[in-house]
Amino acid sequence: MFEIFGIPSQALFSQLLIGLINGSFYALLSLGLAVIFGMLNIINFTHGAQYMLGAFAAFLLLQYTGIGYWPALIVAPVLVGLIGMAIERTMLQWLYKLDHLYGLLLTFGLALIIEGLARNYYGSAGLPYQMPEALVGGYDLGFMRLPIYRAWVIVASLTVCLATWFVIERTRLGAYLRAATENPALVRAFGINVPRMITFTYGFGVALAAFAGVMAAPIYNVSPQMGSSLIIVVFAVVVIGGMGSIMGAIVTGFGLGVIEGLTKVFFPEASNTVIFVIMAIVLLVRPAGLFGRRA
Amino acid sequence: MEQSVAAATVTPPVSSSSRNWSEPLAFAIMVAALAIAPLYIYPMFLMQALCFALFACAFNLLIGYGGLLSFGHALYFGWASYLAAHSAKVWGFPPELAILTGTLTAAVLGLVAGSLAIRRQGIYFAMITLALAQMMFFFALQMKFTGGEDGIQAVPRGRLFGLIDLADTFNMYVTVLLIFLAGFLLIYRIIHSPFGEVLKAIRENEPRAISLGYKTDRYKLLAFVLSATLAGLAGSTKAIVLQIASLTDVDWPMSGEVVLMALVGGLGTVFGPVAGAFVIIAMQTYLAQVGQWVTVIQGAIFVICVLLFRRGIIGELAAYLRIKL
Amino acid sequence: MKRLVSLSAFAALLMTGTVQSPAQAQQVSVKIGVMSDMSSLYADIAGPGSTAAAKLAIADFAKANPNVKVELVSADHQNKADVGSGVVNKWYDTENVDLVIDVPNSGVALAVSQIAATKNKVFIVSGAAASDLTGSKCNANTVHWTYDTWMLANGTGKALVKTGGDTWFFLTADYAFGHALERDTAAAVEANGGKVLGKVRHPLNTNDFSSFLLQAQTSKAKVIGLANAGGDTINSIKAGAEFGIVKGGQKFAGLLVFASDVNALGLAIAQGLTLTETWYWDLNDTNRAWTKRWQTERAAAGKFPTMVQAGVYSGVTHYLKAVAALKSAADGKAVVAQMKKTPTDDPLFGKGTIRADGRKIHDAYLLEVKSPAESKHPGDFYKLKATIPAAEAFRPLKDGNCPLVSG
Repeated sequence: MFEIFGIPSQALFSQLLIGLINGSFYALLSLGLAVIFGMLNIINFTHGAQYMLGAFAAFLLLQYTGIGYWPALIVAPVLVGLIGMAIERTMLQWLYKLDHLYGLLLTFGLALIIEGLARNYYGSAGLPYQMPEALVGGYDLGFMRLPIYRAWVIVASLTVCLATWFVIERTRLGAYLRAATENPALVRAFGINVPRMITFTYGFGVALAAFAGVMAAPIYNVSPQMGSSLIIVVFAVVVIGGMGSIMGAIVTGFGLGVIEGLTKVFFPEASNTVIFVIMAIVLLVRPAGLFGRRA
Repeated sequence: MEQSVAAATVTPPVSSSSRNWSEPLAFAIMVAALAIAPLYIYPMFLMQALCFALFACAFNLLIGYGGLLSFGHALYFGWASYLAAHSAKVWGFPPELAILTGTLTAAVLGLVAGSLAIRRQGIYFAMITLALAQMMFFFALQMKFTGGEDGIQAVPRGRLFGLIDLADTFNMYVTVLLIFLAGFLLIYRIIHSPFGEVLKAIRENEPRAISLGYKTDRYKLLAFVLSATLAGLAGSTKAIVLQIASLTDVDWPMSGEVVLMALVGGLGTVFGPVAGAFVIIAMQTYLAQVGQWVTVIQGAIFVICVLLFRRGIIGELAAYLRIKL
Repeated sequence: MKRLVSLSAFAALLMTGTVQSPAQAQQVSVKIGVMSDMSSLYADIAGPGSTAAAKLAIADFAKANPNVKVELVSADHQNKADVGSGVVNKWYDTENVDLVIDVPNSGVALAVSQIAATKNKVFIVSGAAASDLTGSKCNANTVHWTYDTWMLANGTGKALVKTGGDTWFFLTADYAFGHALERDTAAAVEANGGKVLGKVRHPLNTNDFSSFLLQAQTSKAKVIGLANAGGDTINSIKAGAEFGIVKGGQKFAGLLVFASDVNALGLAIAQGLTLTETWYWDLNDTNRAWTKRWQTERAAAGKFPTMVQAGVYSGVTHYLKAVAALKSAADGKAVVAQMKKTPTDDPLFGKGTIRADGRKIHDAYLLEVKSPAESKHPGDFYKLKATIPAAEAFRPLKDGNCPLVSG
């Protein structure tokens, strides 16, 4: 066994892997933000609250209808996505002609409402959510014990991320989407219902957040405030990656997860601030972000 | 295509003559109201509201006239209040020096954070300020002198210039009122100066301002530092008034609250943030008895303001009376 | 039937403590303010449940003392020291509130304590944990009722070492509160012959603890001390279950864990967790009977009162006795002096005393979370491992550096 900077290599490998798992959540959340931003030009501050709603939906489905983890992975994001679409139809759509900042303020207000309601009805301590039977236990990798659930998190989020990238960058539907962000009038002229496409996109972005929420439910505390501290970190991730690029959001998400994981070994006290420091450095060197184009 | 934030709020047809009387008159009314208010309203509440009013005005300088939405103004407010509290309590500074220490801290922090943040515009600017503020929140949490979640307690009010005993509520109120008015007039002066005009030009059309030969980054940075400094003045004063500096003041909900104050009162209006601060602080104090629903109500106000009352209270009033406020 | 018996026994207990001779029957009025966190982090451990507990205490007291008129108000400090001190200033100055009680969140509690001293009113802390309240920052108007960090750290640390958990690794929240918990627990562990093998300091509100837990796992310590609170504690234990910490023979010690946290974890994950509390609803018949009344008052059948809420009941009861004895609530220092002079006696915390530094002294309990199979009914969370006698549970008077004691 060899050592790197005084840390045994096996510990290092396990920390790298753990960082990758953590990065899965950053990737899913920043991907959702990027998709929404690409189409609506709105920074969705409600994203954290919608992530929380996903976890809550999973809990409520299990509690009241007996729907377990696996169906909840689909049902919860669809439900939360529908709520998102309702929000877009009733509120967000009136703001497109105004400064983007109003979108930020509106979604910030919505986040407060959703969090406040959740706290009033379910308390602040959190709700229990059991891990599905099939994913309990772990693999022995020699250098560490990898819980099955963590392996599943990486696989599932990578799949979802890459599928999203494929749909947007490589299919006809994606081509329409990208065209509509560049020139909505022209796309409309082709007979495509642009407002409906916008609604659908917002719903999809929100569903991604809810999906991350369901994935988080068995391993993190399911509480009303679970999204609010996370979302600020994800904002920093998005600034680092640059909003324009789907792949950029995915790569940055995973990458920063790994960096944060390593910080937890070498300098644990700074593990919450390391992403912000990286953000400051990136802004100095490449103000448009690693994958962004200068606007 | 896009409307800038302040342009959406201040669009009453203003004749040039109206400017001559409406703002001074409103100012006189405000001063008179604040002078007699302690007879009717609990002075501690008034002082707290005045500190937040100054904070909201400082924030408004940046968004209302520079078009820059900072989502991290708690950073300057909170750190200034920590430094003011620490210098008054541990170093034994008199109140005027303690407030100065806090304010200067905010200025320095504003210079550093501002020079990073102004590299991006619009939403990015908002996200960067938020992220930097969150980073400094963690520092505040971890550093010894801030006392963690206990905060800095029992800050002495001391004697102003060694003469005036601020433990006396009347003296303290007059001091806070004077600090607020000084800050308010300074902001008013900035807005109506050539510097303020350039700032507005940048807000409306930055490329054009650049082509006219203005170094827009310098203007934006200066506006940022001024705003941070005044926010720091508000935070330092609050630490002396309430005799506490705590984590609440540096945490991100505080950044959201000051946005709400300015939004409720009217972005880009001179008096709006003052009105907004009083409304929000009154709500917090009096809704405290109701409990539970505070967060939800705040969120609802945000949503309603953005969807229906983008001009805010004072903005709507000004539009209705066709004057400038 | 059983419930009726225990209820009447409980009422009888109360009467004996507070019965008044008719000669004293002159009107005294008191106003009590419950200041708590109604809408945020601590709303479950205190919050509306504390108000309900205060109402019960007042109702019980009024039955025996019709000559004392008690009014109750409540407010939400929203975890902001300025909102809290604003409301309390107003209460004391303009609304004639005599007693403020509860106040979870040390920052707000320290602020309120200061105000109570300046205005010569009374403050009883139930929700906040900071042991400074009866240490360097104590004053003659403040009583710290239910628990504090020193007691939690010492209780859990000492008891676990004595039952074989003699090597420790700490997961510490990286701020003053976490550091204090870690320091006090480590002192207790070492004083009793245990050893601290290592520690890692994590930032507040960390989502993912797996990396820290791997470090704890490799240390091979028998006990992993969680010097953190709330969501951080829950996330640590959840990740611990995944990485097989407990199955691997290590044990979690929660240094600040409430029943609501255990509920959020679920017994399957929380089982085996050791913690200290000063009151547990399922400990005896009196507590169970009171819990039923509390649930009706709170209109929450599925919720269970915490030690903080029970402490509010007990604190209000003792305070009212003191006021009734003095026939006035006007002089805060005099009321607190009276409270310290008379031993405390109420159905929930039994007999106890209040020390010169304002520390209320009573027994504490070392509890272990049951497994799902052992849990017979909802809220059946703990088994009692040991009772820590009142005399040993709290920080010795001389170690607190409270100015009231030394000078």
